[in-house]
Formats: sequence, structure tokens, C-alpha cells
Amino acid sequence: MFRNNYDNDSVTFSPQGRIFQVEYASEAVKQGSVVVGLVSKTHAVLVAVKRNAEELSSYQKKIITIDEHLGLSLAGLASDARVLSNFMKQQSLSSRLIYGRAIPLSRLVDSIGDRAQTNTQHYGKRPYGVGLLVAGVDELGPHLFEFQPSGMTQEMAASAIGARSQMARTYLERNLEKFADCGRQELVVHGLKALKESLAQDKELTVENCSVGVVGIRPDGAKTIEGFKLFDGQDVKQWVDLVAEGAEETAEEGMEVDT
Amino acid sequence: MNHLPQAWGRPRDDVYGPYDGSYLQNDGPNQHSQSPIVTGTSVLALKFKDGVVIAADNLASYGSLARFTDVKRLRKFAETSVVGFGGDVSDMQYLDRLLNSLDIEEAYGSTGHTLNAQNLHTYLAKVLYKRRSNFNPLWNQLLVAGLDGEGKPFLASADLLGTTFSSPSLATGFGAHLAQPLLRKVAPDEETASKLSLEQAVEAVKASMKVLFYRDARSIDKYSIAVVTKEGIDLKQDEKLENQSWAFAEQIRGYGTQVN
Repeated sequence: MFRNNYDNDSVTFSPQGRIFQVEYASEAVKQGSVVVGLVSKTHAVLVAVKRNAEELSSYQKKIITIDEHLGLSLAGLASDARVLSNFMKQQSLSSRLIYGRAIPLSRLVDSIGDRAQTNTQHYGKRPYGVGLLVAGVDELGPHLFEFQPSGMTQEMAASAIGARSQMARTYLERNLEKFADCGRQELVVHGLKALKESLAQDKELTVENCSVGVVGIRPDGAKTIEGFKLFDGQDVKQWVDLVAEGAEETAEEGMEVDT
Repeated sequence: MNHLPQAWGRPRDDVYGPYDGSYLQNDGPNQHSQSPIVTGTSVLALKFKDGVVIAADNLASYGSLARFTDVKRLRKFAETSVVGFGGDVSDMQYLDRLLNSLDIEEAYGSTGHTLNAQNLHTYLAKVLYKRRSNFNPLWNQLLVAGLDGEGKPFLASADLLGTTFSSPSLATGFGAHLAQPLLRKVAPDEETASKLSLEQAVEAVKASMKVLFYRDARSIDKYSIAVVTKEGIDLKQDEKLENQSWAFAEQIRGYGTQVN
């Protein structure tokens, strides 16, 4: 009887000035499992909780490597993220081919922002149902960008998107000052701690459900970078153990060691 | 009156005779460049301690006719690099417009990112190679001077075939035969070039320009010279060759009007 008549397409405003299709797409992002990203002066880190559809199935892919110098993590429709990440891979590759240059992050993020925005402006199209955190390094150092289905992109010092990400954001806001001077391991540990805040009551971080992506610049002004590397399974044990229940003291000790 | 739209704006047939529309037809095969028409001669460049010196004269020849005597063949890009053009001048003007639009595209929006000389050279080489692959080459040889991603002096060449190479000193056209050996004497390898001072490099390039003016019949004594360093580009476009001495001309025997 009182159906909402203003949400049939993404080109019609409601009388209140809202575009419901775009808002619904943002809801899709909140259905995805949580991902956290943060940057220091030397590194950018992505951490994510992977879900498995059922006990016997594999875990969903949450972090995608785009190029030597950047990667992204997704929350929402994985298939839309695949479209966007394939486009980003093409853009990065063409920059390397034509100019012999790693594409600047802001340029790449702007280009997917533009693509997502046009989807909200054409009848018969739909917004992407995915949010992204893009982490990487370029000439200006490490960066973290957030992408929303509306086409909005922003550079962030730290960010969390996905289901119950507010808890992780609260952790990030409380510890924001510490991030800038963090080493590689410290930054990952902060990311995992933020991630842990957002977990459901009966869930824990394990090597199975946890993904970590790290990228950074090398110290002492060397031109080569520490390329984007994705860690899964046993490779994340080193960090998961540090934030495990009752490992707080060892964690503090471990954080002093910075390799 | 003829009301047909195709007659609008044309001279009336009954007054001027039948309209000759043959120039509107494009019959016959599509023609691509078979040779350069208006040409610039040599471009010279030499690396030194903090950057690169590059020079080219201001003449555009039409065959052996010195047709345009004030054509600038060095071009700045984004205050980071200089491109020197040898070969066809109209293709140089096309590349100039292409680089202008690239510059605008690159400066648009994003902050702090610029293409360095190495990036620019890679791009230009791709453009040239694409055109030659379409059997429609841009008839130029380019020298790109500037700094690479690590802030070290960068100098490389790209030609109409898309061929690229790099060396501490480079010269195009007639200069490849006459000036290159002179520049190599000053900087035989990268190590020697990295110890050259700005003054030494400028002096060597100016001396080579003079030799080229003496012996290259398609050259002129007005030239442009640019120095690219970290600090920026110092481009001078109205230089004149100084201290010319034609005394050697007396000694030349074997051709011309005199017999021996």
C-alpha cells in the first residue's frame, strides 16, 4: 500500500533529496565482513576477516593484489569488487606500459570513483554494491583510500568498513596518534586489534579466517619499495598469536621488535 | 532558386558556371607521409654532473632552402624535461600539441605527481612506434633530456621507427656524424660525464654547434640551448654563434669553383 516509489532506479531523487538505490548499495557494504586499513609514515596495511559459507567450503577472498605497489580489500558484493579490481589492474598495467611508471594511487582511486559515480547517474544502471579500502605506495609515500558505492573516495589515515565496523573505527580513533610512527609489525598488530573489536561474540581471529596485506617503502630513502604482499593461513600466525587472548604481555614485547 | 541543401552557400551555377567540387572528393588511395617536407637539422645533448645540456638551431629548411629562420626546436615539458626535435617540422608541431594536452591531463587534479624525463621518453617512443606500425610515421628523431626517477641526469633518443637508445652524449641528423665524436671526446662514458661541470658541458655543446654550422649546409648560426637540472630548466632561444672563424675555408680544396 505505502510502497516507497522513489527507489526503483538510481536516477530518481526522493522528495527528501535522497537516492535510495545508492543508499541500498551502501547497505550491501555493511553486509560484508569487516576490513580494516591503516597507514604509518612507512607502511600501509590491510587486514580482513574472511567468512566461509559453510563448514566444508573455502574462505572468501577479501584482499586482492592489484600491482607491485598496491592492493585492496573489499566489503560487500565480491563480484562487483572483481569488476573494479580487474579495471584497476588494467589501469596500473597500462601506466607501466605507456609511461614506465607505477600509477599514482590518487589517480587510480579517482578513476574508479568516476566509474562508480556514472553508474548512479544513468537509467538502467545500478551502483556497485561494494566498498573498498585501497592501500599502496607511490612517489609521495604510503597511502590509504576508501571507496564507497556512491563514487565517493577519500584518503584516510585509518579506516574500517563492513559489518559492525563501528567498533573497529572506535579503536582506530582512540589510537590514531600512535599509527604514524609505527613499524611494520606494530601496524599489523594495531590492525588486528581493531579487527578483533568488530568480531561477533563467539568468534575469534584464527589463521583460517584472517587475511593481511602489507606494503611499504624501504628505510633510508632507497628507491625500491617493499611490494604489496598478501598473507594468508600459517603466514599470519606470527601476528594472530600476538593479539590472541591472554597474549597481551608477549604482544607488547613483540612490538618492540621491528623488522 | 535552387532549394536543394547541397547548393546552399555555393556560387550559383547560372552565374559562375558549374561548381567544381572535385577538391571535396577524396578519390584515390589515402596517402601517408613518404618523406619529411620542412625539416629541422641536428639536435645535440650532453649529460654532466647535475643534469643535461641540449641544443638545436632555429632553422626549418624546405629542401635546401632556408625557409623559416626562427623556428624553436627545443620544448619544455612540465618544467622537468626538455624535448629536442629533429626531422619534420609539422610532425614536431603535432607532437608539441600532443605534449601540451598530456601536460594538462597530468597536472589535472592530482597533487604532486609529474612525469619525469624517463616517463616522457617511454611515452614518446610508444607514440612513434604506434605511428610507424600504422605505416604513417611521425618523421622525427627526438632527444629527451631531464632527470630520471632517482633524480639522476637522463638523456635518451627515440626515432620515427620507435627505436630507442641512450648514451652520455647524443646527436641527431648530421650531428650524429659530425658532433657526436666531438662530444664523445669530452664524455666517453657515464663515469666521465658524471664528473663534467656545467661550464665544460655547455662549452662542448657550443663548440659542436659551431662545427655543425661550418659544415652542415642545412644549419644556421641562431640556436636554442637548454640546461636541465634539479633546480629547473634554463632555456635560451635566441642565442647566436660567437667567435666564428672562416679562415679554414681558404684551405678547402677539391670541390666548388676552383679546381685544385
